[in-house]
Amino acid sequence: MSVSYAVKSLSQGARELIAFRIGDQEFCVNIMSVREIRGWTQATPMPHAPAYVRGVINLRGAVLPIIDMSARLGMKETEPTQRHVIIVAQVKSKVVGLLVEAVSDILTITDDNIQPVPEVSSDLEKQYARGILAIDKRMICLIELEALFPEKAHDKESEAA
Amino acid sequence: MDMNEIKEIFFQECEEQLAELESGLLKLNDGDRDPETVNAVFRAVHSIKGGAGAFGLEELVAFAHVFETTLDCVRSNKLEPNQDVLKVMLKSADVLADLVTCSRDGGSVEESRTRGLVKELEALANGEALPAAEAPKAAKPVAAAPAKPTDDSGFQPIPFTFDGFGEEENVVEQFTYEVTFKPTRELYSKGNEAALLLRDLSRFGEMGIACDMDQLPALENMDPEASYFGWKISITTPKSEEEVRAVFEFAEWDCELEVKPAEASEGEELPMIPVPFDLSALDDEPAEPTPQTETAATEEASANVVKAVNAAVEKKESAAAAAAAAAAATQNNAAAAASSAGQTIRVDLDRVDRLINLVGELVINQAMLSQSVIENDNNGVSSINMGLEELQQLTREIQDSVMAIRAQPVKPVFQRMSRIVREVADMVGKQIRLVTEGENTEVDKTVIDKIAEPLTHMIRNAVDHGIESPEKREAAGKDPEGTIKLSAKHRSGRILIELQDDGGGINRERVKQKAIDNDLISPDANLSDEEIDNLIFAPGFSTADKISDISGRGVGMDVVKRSIQALGGRISISSRPGLGSTFTMSLPLTLAVLDGMVVTVAGQTLVVPLTAIVETLQPEASAIHSFGANQRLISIRNSFCPLVDVGRILNFRTNQANPVDGVALLVESEGGGQRALMVDAIQGQRQVVIKSLEANYTHVPGIAAATILGDGRVALILDVDAVVGASRGQSLKPEMSLAAAG
Repeated sequence: MSVSYAVKSLSQGARELIAFRIGDQEFCVNIMSVREIRGWTQATPMPHAPAYVRGVINLRGAVLPIIDMSARLGMKETEPTQRHVIIVAQVKSKVVGLLVEAVSDILTITDDNIQPVPEVSSDLEKQYARGILAIDKRMICLIELEALFPEKAHDKESEAA
Repeated sequence: MDMNEIKEIFFQECEEQLAELESGLLKLNDGDRDPETVNAVFRAVHSIKGGAGAFGLEELVAFAHVFETTLDCVRSNKLEPNQDVLKVMLKSADVLADLVTCSRDGGSVEESRTRGLVKELEALANGEALPAAEAPKAAKPVAAAPAKPTDDSGFQPIPFTFDGFGEEENVVEQFTYEVTFKPTRELYSKGNEAALLLRDLSRFGEMGIACDMDQLPALENMDPEASYFGWKISITTPKSEEEVRAVFEFAEWDCELEVKPAEASEGEELPMIPVPFDLSALDDEPAEPTPQTETAATEEASANVVKAVNAAVEKKESAAAAAAAAAAATQNNAAAAASSAGQTIRVDLDRVDRLINLVGELVINQAMLSQSVIENDNNGVSSINMGLEELQQLTREIQDSVMAIRAQPVKPVFQRMSRIVREVADMVGKQIRLVTEGENTEVDKTVIDKIAEPLTHMIRNAVDHGIESPEKREAAGKDPEGTIKLSAKHRSGRILIELQDDGGGINRERVKQKAIDNDLISPDANLSDEEIDNLIFAPGFSTADKISDISGRGVGMDVVKRSIQALGGRISISSRPGLGSTFTMSLPLTLAVLDGMVVTVAGQTLVVPLTAIVETLQPEASAIHSFGANQRLISIRNSFCPLVDVGRILNFRTNQANPVDGVALLVESEGGGQRALMVDAIQGQRQVVIKSLEANYTHVPGIAAATILGDGRVALILDVDAVVGASRGQSLKPEMSLAAAG
């Protein structure tokens, strides 16, 4: 994709998304919230943390919590390997690391490409899913990180745990 | 940059000016009569006035103006800065500070307070004998002042605008001045404009001007922001020299300015003498010969003229020497001011913090790199190795210098204390002098920010309870004026702050009785003097029989002790009856690093703050006793202490570890009482850099903060108080967290 194309389409209300894989599913988030992508490193576990918090790692001097996206989205806990990656993302005022299997694509889309989320019974999916993209016969679910980690989320979760 | 930002800068500068003002006044109070000190004080008020004017802060301008006028009298030696004058001035400085705060945050200062002081200042400026007549004992000049008739509703700063200046120059006479004006680049960088100043000057009278372009470099060498032009102006005006100088008032410190009277009307006889012509010298000398010339012979007259000229020349020479000395002095001052201005820059704290973080990361990275080179390099003498060693030294140095950036002198905090002493002493009717020592001792900014509160509390206590009333002091044969000494110094990597009063010392009988009344000790307890003294730090202890406005707001020394402990510090007291008490605080130089013991718990690395640990021991099987269902006690020198399994408290493991396989850390917790924390092994002691967990995550119960170890991994710092609390059955829920130490 040429730069001029990207600029043109962005100016027409298009946005760029970063797609990643968890198990056999694909998800994507707005690329503007992504700071960097790095390989998996062993995290220091946190006491009294919800199951989806893998622990904390050192990101150039800052303490970065690592969220197991698979567990956070209600799927099974990840068993991280060297090939797993951490997407460092800004969620409101905080920076978190999202543990995913792999980054699969960078998509440039317009709002027309986004289909509404079909009626599903699970609250969890309704909570984070903002739309569905059909690209090359793949189904990619657009998620909103702010909905996954509302400002007080950690407190509530750890209380519940 | 919008107006608010500029205003914010103005207020920041005000803070600095106020600090300068106060320290200058205190110096004067201690008998310093250095004209530069007076100038510095004057300059501070003047700058505040100038800035306030630009932002239309009327109230502030009006007060600053009156203050400035009085200070100008001191500057021109019309007013002797004695104790009474300085007392008024110190109060004015306080009010000025309040006015600045009010202008920034809204709100208003009590008008009676301002007006009372304005009256006093005006009285001083007009040379009225108020301090001498009305306040001979300097007891309550404030109370006296508002009682004076206040017929005019608001203060009018205009009436004495130029009263202080040029009184002796009332004759409508034309003077000619030679003005040499050479702006420096600072003048332009502060937004002044030479042309406007010159235009103002031209309004005074007929003016001839020549531009001095000698210093103009070739175009390719020109610095676009530098100042290369100077002007020589010759002006004929009825105004006085002071008024001519006043044109350059706001630029005074940013230019080379010379204003000298040129040849006067009758000075035509001496055109060849190029030295500055002193008008006053002329007034004195020719006064005698002129009437004589009518009668005396021509020779006589000429002889007289020669004599007069000689005398005048002599006078001029000495005047010129004095002028040269004065010029040199101003130049020195200007140089000093310029160099001190060049020495500091204002930097956003976040930027410094980011730099510190990066350097911390650099140190860790360098350690990791060295490690892997050593592992992969068998002969160990490669050039890479040597380069790495140099890198290591450099990173150490960088780390030290970066930490030094955050270090600040404790002076601003100490200065705030002197105001508190003044106010509280006035309130309780005591005479107290605060002596500070070692105020340039540097300590990390975070520590400075946090010691102000406990220190304020202690100072209030010292004034309220420590120092006795003047009558009592006199009866005891002491100086009726009490002294509180506040000192700071570095000692073995920590800062030691001492607060010493020469009051009555701790009343041990009363303290003990109070402790018994409050059920803190049993009536038959046998305590040493030291133990009794330390009772004042016990929670729920307050000696004030009646709750006064100053201290005893329900918080006592226990709160002070707690907040100092939260900083990783210690506090102790020593007291001698009749001679006073000394509080000694020892604080870490920075809150960014912590001395910790690195331990292993259930395969995880944890750091335990060293200040919490009393001792470490290897428990023997025989010392462990089961107690109830799942409690265990360890016997240490015949006393039993509960065992706390850190791994279980933190949910790192579910079943209890065998104490014999591990190490017990004996800790003392906030509520008193000891606990033995069980860990698996001790890795060693290390200074660690504290990293916030809250920044990106959330507060974790039982964990105070995090740190990054040499291998680049994150290790958690244990919150000892919370863990001990949890072992007492308090849950480790976030909202119940006791982790104030973070």
